[in-house]
Amino acid sequence: MSLSIRHSWFEATARQRLAGLLDPGSFCEFLPPAVAQPSPHLAQLELPGAFDDGVVVGAGQLGGRLVLVAAQEGQFMGGAVGEIHGAKIVGLLRRAVAEKPAALLFLIDSGGVRLHEANAGLIAISEIMRAVLAARAAGVPVIALVGGSCGAFGGMGIVAKLCSAVVMSEEGRLALSGPEVIETVAGVEEFDAKDRALVWRVTGGKHRYLMDDCAALVDDDIAAFRNGASALLAGWQERPNTLASLRAEQVRLQGRLATYAGCRDGLEVWAALGVAEPARVPLLDCDELIALKEGLPT
Amino acid sequence: MTLNTILDALFPAGHAVAVANQVLAGEAQTAQGPVAVLGTTDAAAIDHAMALALAGTVLDTVEQHPGRPLVFLVDTSGQALSRIQELLCLNGSLAHLASCVDFARRQGHPSLALVTANAVSGGFLSFGLMADQAYALADAQVRVMDLRAMARVTKIAHERLVELAASSPIFAPGAASYQKMGAIAAIWPAPTAILLLEALREVAQSRDGGDQRQTLGTARGGRQLAAGVSGQVQHAVFAG
Repeated sequence: MSLSIRHSWFEATARQRLAGLLDPGSFCEFLPPAVAQPSPHLAQLELPGAFDDGVVVGAGQLGGRLVLVAAQEGQFMGGAVGEIHGAKIVGLLRRAVAEKPAALLFLIDSGGVRLHEANAGLIAISEIMRAVLAARAAGVPVIALVGGSCGAFGGMGIVAKLCSAVVMSEEGRLALSGPEVIETVAGVEEFDAKDRALVWRVTGGKHRYLMDDCAALVDDDIAAFRNGASALLAGWQERPNTLASLRAEQVRLQGRLATYAGCRDGLEVWAALGVAEPARVPLLDCDELIALKEGLPT
Repeated sequence: MTLNTILDALFPAGHAVAVANQVLAGEAQTAQGPVAVLGTTDAAAIDHAMALALAGTVLDTVEQHPGRPLVFLVDTSGQALSRIQELLCLNGSLAHLASCVDFARRQGHPSLALVTANAVSGGFLSFGLMADQAYALADAQVRVMDLRAMARVTKIAHERLVELAASSPIFAPGAASYQKMGAIAAIWPAPTAILLLEALREVAQSRDGGDQRQTLGTARGGRQLAAGVSGQVQHAVFAG
């Protein structure tokens, strides 16, 4: 990393991320304030709404190529999916099927279902899941970018893993149940949600990258996400699922379930992966970690 | 209602369904021919092993019985809540399962899910809600979270949530809410072979239309906004 000024992805708003991710001035929002409406369900609970309902959708250019973008705002209701929020993403993914952009970039920053609109949120996530697969089946790569303060949890964790590829920062977190939920239900001995180092060793970007659960690891920097997404797309060929590809994934997942069955911490998994000094992994910067992964036995 | 009672009622012509680790796999006879039967029982908390077992059965069916309908029996309390499961990216295994169900659909396998007892959040998302159509038995519990837990997390008074739940399918737990919202096609008073056959016919007829749940939600008055908002985004004029 050079000494140029970083613009933290983690701390940025959804709109700041989009401004730095896309070619300057190329972004066009699809439901700007004039035609948007806040969630009536939140209003019914006397909670403040947002005109974009916590997700910005639109089109822009990345390196001169047309891309569609959806960016969740983690600072509004934890980026959680309600009826309007979910419907905007579904509409964008359906648009991708017809419009065939070079890619759909999905800036995920969400705890999953918005409980205040629980049923609408769960169904919307199911619709997003099918729509992601439909966009991919139509040949449009869907790239998830995960590095925000809310990570990608709950149903949005599943959605991220349905995308063509995931780009993460070390600060990003990707999982199903949040550590707080597991601690509440199963006890602090099972998962101490306040132990931030442990949370990152279980759900964080470095762990996911070492385990091939994300395709690329980038610095917590908006320009780094832009470069990471561009590099990934440069040689990308969206391939439809086949029986053979799903069988191969099945074998991979079964194999690692057997290999790492007894592990309870990232440190143990990394040691089993062949990392000589697993305790040093949290201290490595992004480039060092990528080099370490490239040197691992395959 | 026990699993065998349900299987006998749905498939009087015969069924051979094995249960291992709360996961069902097998086949059954219907008046329209054989179907694959798979799913979970006893409020299974879906973990990696269960998700992969289900995914394996879907892939076996695609490989060995082209076009055979998939009947999912859903009884899940959600996802397994454990650190070990998250360490190996449980969302990834659930996504793999969802991909397999979606792949089967694209390969011409009609699919339907019947919620027999519980359908909760992540467990429901990964296979039940991926089927072409979902149905539920009348006493089935379908929800993200019960209202007490929801009150705790949202810090909204339980009484207020109970009051709103009476009029709003948006967050009231229950199969009836999901029907109004378009995600459950119909609620069955009891499992019967006739209802199953009708459902198989319905699925076969409607499956070319894609995901119709938003439209159904609008028609049934449960989701007033989703279809319109998606349409607006889909057709917004791009000035760039």
